[in-house]
Amino acid sequence: MSNDLQTKQFHTEIVGNNQGSAAQMNEVKSGPRIIDPVFTLEDVSVSYGKYVAVTDVNLQIPSNDITAFIGPSGCGKSTLIRTLNRTNDLIPGASVAGKVMYHDADLYDSKASAVEIRRRIGMVFQKPNPFPKSIYENVAFGPKVNGRPKKSELDEIVEKSLRGAALWDEVKDRLGASALGLSGGQQQRLCIARSLAVQPEVILMDEPCSALDPIATLRIEELMMELKKEYTIVIVTHNMQQAARVSTYTAYFVTEVNPLGDLRTGKLVEYDETKKIFSTPSDPRTEAYVTGKMG
Amino acid sequence: MGEVKVGHKSVLLSPSPHLSRRLNTQRVARYTMLLATTMSVIVTVGIVASLFPTAVRTMITIGTQIIGISWAPLFEPPEYGILPLFTGTIFIVAIAMLVAVPVGLAAAIFLSDYATFNLRRVVKPILEILAGIPTVVLGLFGLYVVNPLYVEKYWPIGEPLAYSALGAGFVTGILIVPIIASVADDALSAVPRAMREAAYALGATRREVASKVVFNAGLSGVVAALILAFARAFGETTIALMVAGSYPKFTANPGDPMMSLSAFIGFAGIGDAEVGSNAYNTIFLIGAILFLITLIFNIVGNRIIAKYREAYE
Repeated sequence: MSNDLQTKQFHTEIVGNNQGSAAQMNEVKSGPRIIDPVFTLEDVSVSYGKYVAVTDVNLQIPSNDITAFIGPSGCGKSTLIRTLNRTNDLIPGASVAGKVMYHDADLYDSKASAVEIRRRIGMVFQKPNPFPKSIYENVAFGPKVNGRPKKSELDEIVEKSLRGAALWDEVKDRLGASALGLSGGQQQRLCIARSLAVQPEVILMDEPCSALDPIATLRIEELMMELKKEYTIVIVTHNMQQAARVSTYTAYFVTEVNPLGDLRTGKLVEYDETKKIFSTPSDPRTEAYVTGKMG
Repeated sequence: MGEVKVGHKSVLLSPSPHLSRRLNTQRVARYTMLLATTMSVIVTVGIVASLFPTAVRTMITIGTQIIGISWAPLFEPPEYGILPLFTGTIFIVAIAMLVAVPVGLAAAIFLSDYATFNLRRVVKPILEILAGIPTVVLGLFGLYVVNPLYVEKYWPIGEPLAYSALGAGFVTGILIVPIIASVADDALSAVPRAMREAAYALGATRREVASKVVFNAGLSGVVAALILAFARAFGETTIALMVAGSYPKFTANPGDPMMSLSAFIGFAGIGDAEVGSNAYNTIFLIGAILFLITLIFNIVGNRIIAKYREAYE
């Protein structure tokens, strides 16, 4: 699988640049020590025009694991996850300061291609957003734009991706049917299958279950536990139980309001292993949030 | 246990004087709107009723002569071969669409997916002004610029003449570019951002997002834009008459003068056509034919739009 190939390539790059990445690791001010992180964020701020959505973020995200961003609305967690594959580029006026490293490469380097970045770092959105095409065409879209696969190869990728997203058995007899006829939960798993089809290394999930009922949510969570064996997952969620259930690491953000009360900026309060965040957080604000006294 | 209540509280449900006034207003409003709706239906029925008896009578008189290649109903002896009017119409509309569809769609895609917000804010009203240029002005442009400076000079086939279907088609194309661009841009811009983000997140380029996702998702609106433009080109009279001339030549050379169906009405229907004369009868016939063709296009168009809309929702 080309995925393995890429990972190996990154490993060699990182090994070759060992001193550098060790130095980088020391610069990170807070959070757990992570070996070979997929993402390293240093003093990251994201702004829309003059408005700073989130600031002073320092954290590292491990590979083949689930990292959760939690916090009240307006804390910039969605903005931050969207900087990890440059989806924010699509919003006029959005800008990123600080360093967002993907392995040893700067995502915001002028030579880095946003198209290539998004191919490697997939994304699943809040509301299921299948294309108004057939189930098959939804999954085949990514492989088709990224190469010219033969029909047989494409069939194989589609089946593998749908199996990977635990949707194959439900749709194998109606691959030609419109994706819009699926239930919300099925649509969201189709969106996951669609991103698996381009063989990314990372899947970013921006509140993937907020539009789903509890049973569909459970299925997605089970799927995430399965997917983390092969993929790195970052999830934004407003559901703390979900973060506690699925993630290994959790970052807690707050919304800081300026004295005039007209500007809100998100800040990272604490980043640690999920079990520590939910049992013995070091910051009182985190404790208030996870115990339900706030937010 | 509390006390058991016997009897009922008294309530008054008939309208108060104030409510009565409001209900009366609402009744008047209802009938006014009903009248307005009925009017448009009555007008349509009236047009059909005034066109068709004469048209049908004329058609019966002409009979099979209508399938011929010489149209000269105003001459002695009259000739009623309608095919030149059809070829004239088809050539002008086809050339117009050939010019306007690529340009209009490219402009629509540019406006919806490439242009910055500010650029779009400037260009969109300009397009709408372009759509408002009187057709007589466009006709002059065709007659005094396009025909003499381009068609006569560079068109390689046949004799250079002052009139040409090519020039008329081209200018009609200019007329309908803004219709396609503006209506299709509205449809494409209405495609949810989530659809674009999903495609970008799969490593698609801007062009791929625009052509493979946004265009497909907005297809029903794009088709509506094309049908609207087609209908406009089909019914356009002034440009056809001024630029393609009033000579119903049966030819396959677009550099020649031609006459379209609507141009014939514009040419012959000038008020001094005596009731019962050939001119009078034939304009009614052509009018009815135009009406029928437009009706068919509308029905087919609505079918197509409904089909794509189904695919989207």
